[in-house]
Parts: sequence; C-alpha cells; structure tokens
Amino acid sequence: MEELIQTIVDGVAIGSLYGALALAVVLIFRSTGIVNFAQGEMAMFSTFVAWGLLQADVPLGLAVVMTLGIAFLGGMAIERILIRPVEGSDPLTMAVVTLGLFILLNSAAGWIWGFETRSFPSIFPDDSVQLAGADVAVESLGIVALLLAVVGLLYLLFQRTKIGLAVRAVSVNPESSRLSGISVGRTLMIGWGIAAMVGALAGILIAPRLFLDVNFMGGVLIYSFAAATLGGFDSPFGAVVGGWVIGVTENLASTYVDFIGSDLKILVPLTVILAVLLIRPSGLFGSHEVARA
Amino acid sequence: MSAAAAAAGPSPVERTEQRLRLAAYGLVLLIAVAIPFFLGSYRVGQFTLVLAYSVAVLGLNLLVGYGGLVSLGHGAFFALGAYTSAILIEEAGLPHLMTVPIAAAVCFAAGFVLGLPALRIRGLYLALVTLAVAIAVPQLIKRFDGLTGGTQGLNVAQPTAPGWVPLADDQFLYFLTLVLAIPMFVLAANLVRGRTGRALVAMRESEVAAKAMGVDLARLKTSAFAISSLYAGVAGSLYVFSIGFVAPESFPLTVSFAFLAAIVVGGLATIGGAIFGALFIEFVPIYASDVSDALAGVIYGAVLIAFMYALHGGVMGVLRGTGRRLASRLSREKRKEPLDEPPQPNVAPAASDSPATRPPTITGS
Repeated sequence: MEELIQTIVDGVAIGSLYGALALAVVLIFRSTGIVNFAQGEMAMFSTFVAWGLLQADVPLGLAVVMTLGIAFLGGMAIERILIRPVEGSDPLTMAVVTLGLFILLNSAAGWIWGFETRSFPSIFPDDSVQLAGADVAVESLGIVALLLAVVGLLYLLFQRTKIGLAVRAVSVNPESSRLSGISVGRTLMIGWGIAAMVGALAGILIAPRLFLDVNFMGGVLIYSFAAATLGGFDSPFGAVVGGWVIGVTENLASTYVDFIGSDLKILVPLTVILAVLLIRPSGLFGSHEVARA
Repeated sequence: MSAAAAAAGPSPVERTEQRLRLAAYGLVLLIAVAIPFFLGSYRVGQFTLVLAYSVAVLGLNLLVGYGGLVSLGHGAFFALGAYTSAILIEEAGLPHLMTVPIAAAVCFAAGFVLGLPALRIRGLYLALVTLAVAIAVPQLIKRFDGLTGGTQGLNVAQPTAPGWVPLADDQFLYFLTLVLAIPMFVLAANLVRGRTGRALVAMRESEVAAKAMGVDLARLKTSAFAISSLYAGVAGSLYVFSIGFVAPESFPLTVSFAFLAAIVVGGLATIGGAIFGALFIEFVPIYASDVSDALAGVIYGAVLIAFMYALHGGVMGVLRGTGRRLASRLSREKRKEPLDEPPQPNVAPAASDSPATRPPTITGS
C-alpha cells in the first residue's frame, strides 16, 4: 500500500513536469497551429543557462528568475526570427523548421556547455513528509503545487488581462484581430515567450531528477506530446491532466509490470499517443477539428 | 509559348533540356562507376555508405516529398532492415544477398502497419507518432538482447569478392551496393512518373480533391508507408554489409533527422536529390567533426531552416533551373537568328514540368 501511494504521488509529480512542457506545446499550438518539436530543446537550453548562472555563483533563486526572463526573451526572438517567415505554411515546412531548431539548439548547447552529464540542484529542500502513511518527498509536492500555481497564473493572464484577451483573439482569428487593432505579430511573440518560460520552468524542475545533459529533454518531450495528445492538444487544462495520467501510468507500469520495467517505459507514451489518435483524435478535452477543403 | 505549340509536342528548348538531362545521368553513372578505381579503400567505403543512405533518402522522399506525409521515424525502419540482415547472416547463416529481400519484406510489413494510423492521423500528428517510434527503437533493441545482442551489438561478416571477380573487397562491396541501388532508383522514378506518383502528389496538395478524383486514400497511404520503409529496410541491409556491425547506438534519433535533412537538401519530391542528400549526410559530419563534435548538428539545423526559407527545391531545384537556362541558350544559338524579343532566360516549359516533378510549394492553409 505504501509503495502504491508513493508510486502514485511520484507519478503525479513527474506527470506535472510532463504537463508543464505539454502546456508550453499547447500554448504554441493554440495560437499558431504549430507543433513545436523544439519545445524540449528550448527548455534544455534554458536549463543550461540556469546552470551557467549557478556556475557563475548566482544564487539559485535569482538564477531561476533570470533564466525565466531570458527564456521569455529567447522565445520571442525565435518566433520573430525563425517562425514568422513560415507561419501559416504547410505542416511539412513547419515541422522541418522546428526540427531544424531542435537540432540547432541541441548542438549549440553541446558546443557551448559540452556533452557531459551534470547534476543540477533542486529548488526544493531534500525532505519528506508523511502522507496517508507513506513518505512523500517535499520536492514532489512542491512540483505539483508549482504547476497548479502556473496554471492559475496563466488562467488569470488569459481570462483577466488585455494581453490574454489579445492572445485568445489572435488564436481564434488573426485576420479579424488585426482589423480590430491587435498587433498579431507582437501577440504571437508574447505567446512564444510565455511558452518558452513555462518550458524553462519544466526543464529546471526536471533537471535534478534526470541530470542535465544536452539530450535530457528528448524523452520528456515524447511524454509531454503524449500528455498533450491525451488532453486534446488545444486544451491547457487537458495538457495538465494528460500529464498526470501519463506520469502515473508510466510509474505504475514500470513498478508493477515486469515486462516493461525501466527499459520499455517509453512504450507507455507511444501507446497512449497511438491509442488516443486512433480512438478519439480530439483527446479528452480538445475541440474537434473542423477542416474546410 | 502558345497553347498550340505546347500541344504540338516538346519545343526545341525542351528537347535540348531532355538531352542535357540524359547527359547528366550519364555523367553521374560514369562517376559512380569510376569512383572505386580512383580513390583509396577508405574513401570507397565512404561512398558505399553514400549509396546505402541514398536508397533510404529516396524512400523517405517518396513519402514526404511526393506524398506530403511527414515521417520523423525512418531511422527505425533503417534499423529494422539492418538488424534483420545482421541476424539472418549471423544466426541463420544466410548468404548476404538473400537477406536483402527478406529485410525489404519485413520493413514493407512494418511500414504497412505503421501506415494504418496514418489513415486517421494527419499532418503534424503523424510526425509525432513516427518521432515516438524512432525514440523507442533503440530501447526495444536493448530490451530484446537475446536476439539483437543488446548494447554489445552484433558483428556481421562483410561480403567478400568471389574468386572470379578481379576486384578488391572494398571495390566489390561498392559495386554490389551500386548494383542493388540502381534498380531502386529506376523503380522510384517509374513509380512517381506513373499513376501512383500522380496520386501521391494529388494527395499532398489536397486530400479532399484527390479523393474526389477517385484516389483510394487509405490504400495509397498505407502502400506509400510500406514502400518507403521497404527502401529504408534495403538501405539498412546495405549499411550492415558496408559497416559489418550494428548496435543500438548506430540508430539514434539523429539518423531519422539526417534522412529528413537529406531530402530537404537534395530537393523535396525529386529522385536524383537523394544522391546529393546522401553525400551531404555522409561527408558533412566527417568534415565538421574536425572542428567540433557539435558542428555537424549546427550545420544540419541551420541548413534545414535555411533551405525551407530560401531553397525549397534543394540542390535538384538549382540544377533544374541551371539546366533550363542552359537549354534555352543552347537552342537559341543553334537557330542562329536574331531574336526580335529580348531573351527570356527563365522560360517555364509548361508541358514538361508536370506536377510530379515540381517541388512542393508553400501554400497558405
């Protein structure tokens, strides 16, 4: 029983991290229709920035805040320079461009910071608390709380501010938004900035668990794609719930199904993606895609 | 060019262009045959790999370039073909050449199965599924270590030149690969020129329109996937012959990305582009690693983005444009009469430029 509770709580924690990255993917997909394959690598790059700041003796808290700021600016720059010229083109072009960004960021990080594996400090104390008779790490609870806080802030941002309203308007109809005086380009830049920031936070929270190297977000990206697919790809709420489901399923499967173990964990997201797309392509909370020929 | 002239058959410019194209094919074939006699065995080995890669790149281009179905997981089929050959040679003791059709058949079946989700999944979702497959493959290889040798990998005996062939082993291997690769190119060229090619292009441009014109989308998609992975499987076999070793680390995600980079560099929806793409992914990492381990990746990434912006037709697009200009100049000189209108270097030969040979255009959606 204790093991079960621990497995589940840990699954929710790791699932929150998948959910955070999925949230970043969904934010960009909603506003531009682009599945950003480089989202994980953007987060990886940001985490390395945080690591670099730590090496320069910047205190952890300040390093995290600075990194989030840098990620925001970096996301805006990527949208303006790389994505703007191909916005609205066919899926192949967009997939190739974000893949190019994926490879570029991965290699650039290797060039700048090397290919070694590094440890990254957790922003939470290394402690545990009793929960229903099981020891639960403070880190796990902290991650879940932080994700909920991020979702709450994003909700407020989108529903209660003018910028949020503009982002929602642009995602529904860029043409009409432009006619009503919204700067579509600037709004999309802000969307990419926010997504990059959420991704960076995910990276910083995952790095202590997986250790930091240039490829550490590759697997996480697939899990968060699975989370986003399960949630419905255009639903931020769905992304978070999807993340939890994936995280818990993955942990339960690798603990209790011998065949899967720790080697074949990757089959969990793959199966989920396939199953969702085949059975219910719009996911749990997504809106149905309506295509006009 | 008036409509009447177009209907009357190929114009002089087009005929010259055709001749230039044939000359180019001849030149490429000549170079391909000459390579093993003029280069050292190390270089010959590299060009053998280029041939193997070109087959995989060609197969991926059928799917992505012509059909518009984005696959990021062709490294998985490449690995499947390689392991099929390796296991059959080492465990079952089959002769090398016999493993090629088996690897092709296995990959054809696997591609067919992966093509089934493609019936319902479109665009970027498909890319996502295939990406997940490519990431899962090295893990699966490690897991089934009884068959695959796990992380240790498998050593495979390379084909050796039989006594009656007056060639060194590396030259023999090169020609073996060439002889297997050429039919793959001819088949692909015939495929895209015919009914299937037209259906693929129609599907890429508009699924609804293709369906309305009687294209069986379900059959087309699954068979496109199957044929494309057959190519990757054959390429995997050839890769094993030339390397003599397979391990999970031989097939990281970067292999799938490299194939994609290769079709973009060579030219989407082209046949000959596969050769340039394969040259690119074989030699760029070799020279780039002299500078930094990371440089090859930086170049791949930058090239992918830059080609999508500026050179949508890839190397083949540039060559075609040059050939066209050259052809119009040559046929004008032959006429030897002054033109009453200013020369138009970029005459678009509408009749020969069928949709199947045109690279995909960026269309607003």
